[in-house]
Amino acid sequence: MSRLIIRRLLVSLVVLWLVSLLVFVATLLLPGDPARAILGQQATPDRIAALQAQLNLDAPVWERYLSWLGGVFTGDLGTSAATQGPVNDLLGDRIGASLVLLVTAAVLSTLVGLALGTWSAVRRGRAADHTVSGISLVIAALPEFVIGVALIVLLSTTVFPLLPSVTLAPPGEPVWSQPLQLILPVLTLTLVVTPYITRMMRATMSEVLDSGYVEMARLKGIPERTVLTRHALPHAIGPVAQVIALQLAWLAGGVVVVEFLFRYPGVGQALIDAVNNRDVEVVQAITLLIAAVYIVVNLLADIVGIVTNPRLRTEVSR
Amino acid sequence: MSTPTVPSTRSRKSTVFRRALALPQAKIGLTLTAVVVLLAVLGPWLGPWLTGYDTTGFAGKPFHSDGVAGTDGLGRDVFTRFLAGGATLLLYAVLATAIGIVLGTALGMLAGYTGGRLDSIIMRGNDVLLSFPQLVFALLAIAMLGPQGWLLVLVIGITHAPRVARVARQATVAVKDSDYIKAAQLYAMPRRRILLREVLPNITGPLMVELGLRLTYSIGYVASLSFLGLGIQPPAADWGLMINENRIALVLEPWGVLLPVLAIAVLTVGTNLVTDSLASAAAGREKEAAA
Amino acid sequence: MTAQVTLTHALEVEDLRVNTLAGSPVLKGVSYSIAPGEVLALVGESGSGKTTAGLAALGHFRRGLAPAGGTVTANPRDGQSVEVLGLAERRRRALRGHTLSYVPQDPALSLNPALRIGLQIAEVLEAHGYGASDDERSARVAEVLGEVGLPADEDYQRRYPHQLSGGQQQRVGIAMAFACRPSVVVLDEPTTGLDVTTQTLVLRTVSELTTEHGVAALYITHDLAVVAAIADRVAVMRGGEIVESGTVEEVLRRPSHSYTRELVDAVPDLDGGGELPTPDADAATLRVTDLSVSFGEHRVLSDVSLTVHSGECLLLLGESGSGKTTLSRCVAGLNDDHSGSVELDGTALAASTRRRSADQLRAVQYVFQSPYSSLNPRRTIAQSVEVPLEMLTDLDRAQRRERVGQTLDKVRLSRELAQRLPDQLSGGERQRAAIARALVTTPKVLLCDEVTSALDVSVQATIIDLLCELRAELGTAMVFVTHNIALARHVADRIAVLRGGEIVETGPVDDVLSDPRHEYTRQLLANTPRM
Repeated sequence: MSRLIIRRLLVSLVVLWLVSLLVFVATLLLPGDPARAILGQQATPDRIAALQAQLNLDAPVWERYLSWLGGVFTGDLGTSAATQGPVNDLLGDRIGASLVLLVTAAVLSTLVGLALGTWSAVRRGRAADHTVSGISLVIAALPEFVIGVALIVLLSTTVFPLLPSVTLAPPGEPVWSQPLQLILPVLTLTLVVTPYITRMMRATMSEVLDSGYVEMARLKGIPERTVLTRHALPHAIGPVAQVIALQLAWLAGGVVVVEFLFRYPGVGQALIDAVNNRDVEVVQAITLLIAAVYIVVNLLADIVGIVTNPRLRTEVSR
Repeated sequence: MSTPTVPSTRSRKSTVFRRALALPQAKIGLTLTAVVVLLAVLGPWLGPWLTGYDTTGFAGKPFHSDGVAGTDGLGRDVFTRFLAGGATLLLYAVLATAIGIVLGTALGMLAGYTGGRLDSIIMRGNDVLLSFPQLVFALLAIAMLGPQGWLLVLVIGITHAPRVARVARQATVAVKDSDYIKAAQLYAMPRRRILLREVLPNITGPLMVELGLRLTYSIGYVASLSFLGLGIQPPAADWGLMINENRIALVLEPWGVLLPVLAIAVLTVGTNLVTDSLASAAAGREKEAAA
Repeated sequence: MTAQVTLTHALEVEDLRVNTLAGSPVLKGVSYSIAPGEVLALVGESGSGKTTAGLAALGHFRRGLAPAGGTVTANPRDGQSVEVLGLAERRRRALRGHTLSYVPQDPALSLNPALRIGLQIAEVLEAHGYGASDDERSARVAEVLGEVGLPADEDYQRRYPHQLSGGQQQRVGIAMAFACRPSVVVLDEPTTGLDVTTQTLVLRTVSELTTEHGVAALYITHDLAVVAAIADRVAVMRGGEIVESGTVEEVLRRPSHSYTRELVDAVPDLDGGGELPTPDADAATLRVTDLSVSFGEHRVLSDVSLTVHSGECLLLLGESGSGKTTLSRCVAGLNDDHSGSVELDGTALAASTRRRSADQLRAVQYVFQSPYSSLNPRRTIAQSVEVPLEMLTDLDRAQRRERVGQTLDKVRLSRELAQRLPDQLSGGERQRAAIARALVTTPKVLLCDEVTSALDVSVQATIIDLLCELRAELGTAMVFVTHNIALARHVADRIAVLRGGEIVETGPVDDVLSDPRHEYTRQLLANTPRM
């Protein structure tokens, strides 16, 4: 089993390296003189020269890649063209703020999704199941900002003016110091992801409940509760873990839109600003960061899959 | 349980469609989709004719409650712009979906059927692209090349491809060891022909589901990027852009936000309902084939 | 015990009716009863409702089915008799696994892959409060494992199902069923998919346990030869009804219902078989020399050599894993990763179909095991049969159509059926279509890979007859690959016995069957149940 996990780990490392290559190569797409493309037509020759030196544009491509990659490894993500400060400073607090959003939404949607999905599968074909399936089908179709705007109209501006629709964090104070303004962004992200986890859990559980070994357990006279917890649920963990991982990656994309919508001071908001300002080094840093999060989450899900599968777990002992 | 099969002369292909169409969600979904598509396609012509403003909708009176839905902060008639705002979005979404499906199917089938090293290379390449949330990848490209229509279509299509490829590959692998593929090999049938004539017709079920899914997502991504101000650019009338432009005045003039939000919601819910009916129909057929 | 007199039957099923939720009948009034220590075989082909009838004895109905009338009465050895269908789900559960137990068809699917086998047996005891303590229960787990002939030690109990062979898995299934000392056991085709040697072991175990403990057993099967080996009485099912029942002797020797007679006649018998066409005794058409195949470390075939003369049928006999399919695929050019040579009429054939000439490709054709997967579901039968001609001949469209028509006539498929898609045909019709596709190029050698094993018994016989006729008519040499030695006299002139990738015995069918040289062949013959 450990051989399998190590192999999977190596694959992740290779993918991560290729991702870094791709992120770097993207900068080569900048049309014409990158420094001019970044700074725009009005830039003074001085600033252009300064940026060229900073980006080390005279050096060959591979040398620039290596020095950039070296920076990433040593925790130096470069300099922001917009603020002229280090990217690290720009991202520091924002990473924490985004993580609060992501982790809360991930935990909530996983718990709700697994529970709803299991409940729905056990009640297959009944009214409760149809209701859950119908609602999750509709919500799953909606883009993040549509859900967000609907929630704003419903809970903030028009129908029930209860919650703030915009995040106002006084500088130097963490966003969670005012928990009320976290509710709408978290709720939006949760609503985006929960339907998928619910549907997947329902599908997986339905399949497991139809399996020969669950029928056999029932024919052995095992109480239904034990059938569910001992015979059915463990088989749903592996496949569902992978879907949850995919959904967390989805969250990492959705967080961009949600932060923009609620003016939440996180990484996503920073990414939008950076794209607007053509702040190349910041865009590189953030996309690499998000991709790395995705790869790690996916790796963890696969490891869960390997560990929960006795066929793989006992491979060595055979 | 296998009940004696009554031989029908209907072909399998039509059965999936017919089966899907018989489901209630398909009927609702098709209706919703058709309404919004008609609105988006005819809107640009219908708008000026109905309201008397040209497609820019300029009425010169900011935040005025004239007309069906009032005017926006720049004094443009919201209803005219709403009618004009779906066409580009729809066109981009359809094109991006087409690119994603064609590219993904080709790669997935090739990887799945050939196996071996080519399979590993294609799938590792997939993994790299899959490591970026689609929106983030689009933002990376837009940061370099700027918000342009062709780039939007291309980048969304390309990021669909690995996701479609995964499905196509899995379906191909399931089919490729079938004895009817072996039979084709017995006659030394060329690989191209095996892929197109033997494999492809037998994986249309999952691919149709994927088509519906990717269309739903494409609409969402194009609209989201426009909403972020990085998709379709002002002064064009576009639903995503309108939501962004008008959300500051949400309390004052809600229609500028609500109309486009509603249109996008109805459209994506519609396409997703159709997709779900296709998925149910395909799954049902598979179950019957196994029985 | 005052009711002693009525307790003659451990299980009584009266006029049992089961419908689908849509209302169409699946069981149309089935009645049977079993005495303690007796084995009743419930025989039927696929779709006859035999599994539904068996599961109903435990008050269990699969999704989409519901009871529509009748009674199921269990008379436990030491307790009150109960009507199962009238009980609440909770009371039924108390009976299942305890008084009424079940042995599933496919242990690979029915054992939970994530749980150790010891636990899977122990949990039956736990669920029914068997024994007073954990110690007593684990002693029983060990005991019952011994009863089914498995090691009972701690180490063995800690194994997962995938670490056992198919036969061992099935014996674990039997151990679970017998753990609580039930009064009634329902066995649903427990030996399907096992090879004959293992089948004999499993049958012996079941026999011993039922007689020893006075258990009433319902043995569901499609195999009449197995019935003869294990059952006391037989009930024959067709279309949701029992058409005939009686003692094994009565039903198998003197069947009164026409369907039973048809079934009995269809069973291939070691002694049986009509006239077979006599082959030409000229030079070998197909010659395989020193063929070896390895998958990684594992050697699948080692130095296999055999010859087939024109017009001759060679029976290639082997159990699962013997390499028989690999061998036939190598000959067909579907597996090019081998050493050794394959010659046709003295000319060596390339290993892969891609490097064989059209003539050579036409000359060697293949019929696959399952007609459910060998025809492209998206093509009509006529289209599928035409493909080989399209790829391998210069015939124009009209000529091809004509040839397809002629071939379909030969396998007796109507033109009307030929316009249909495979899933609109029965299994037998599909297999005839597959045979037509193989014969349309008029091959010199026809490879038939277990072509009857996916079909019902009555259909098997018609396919065998058809193949024999076609061989006589066309003079095609045939390699008939099978695991069933009982087919030998029905199809073949010569036989080659394959075991672990080596040919252990070869010779004329009569010689090998009457005087087997190799120990393995003798064992196979001894373990093959006869009617």
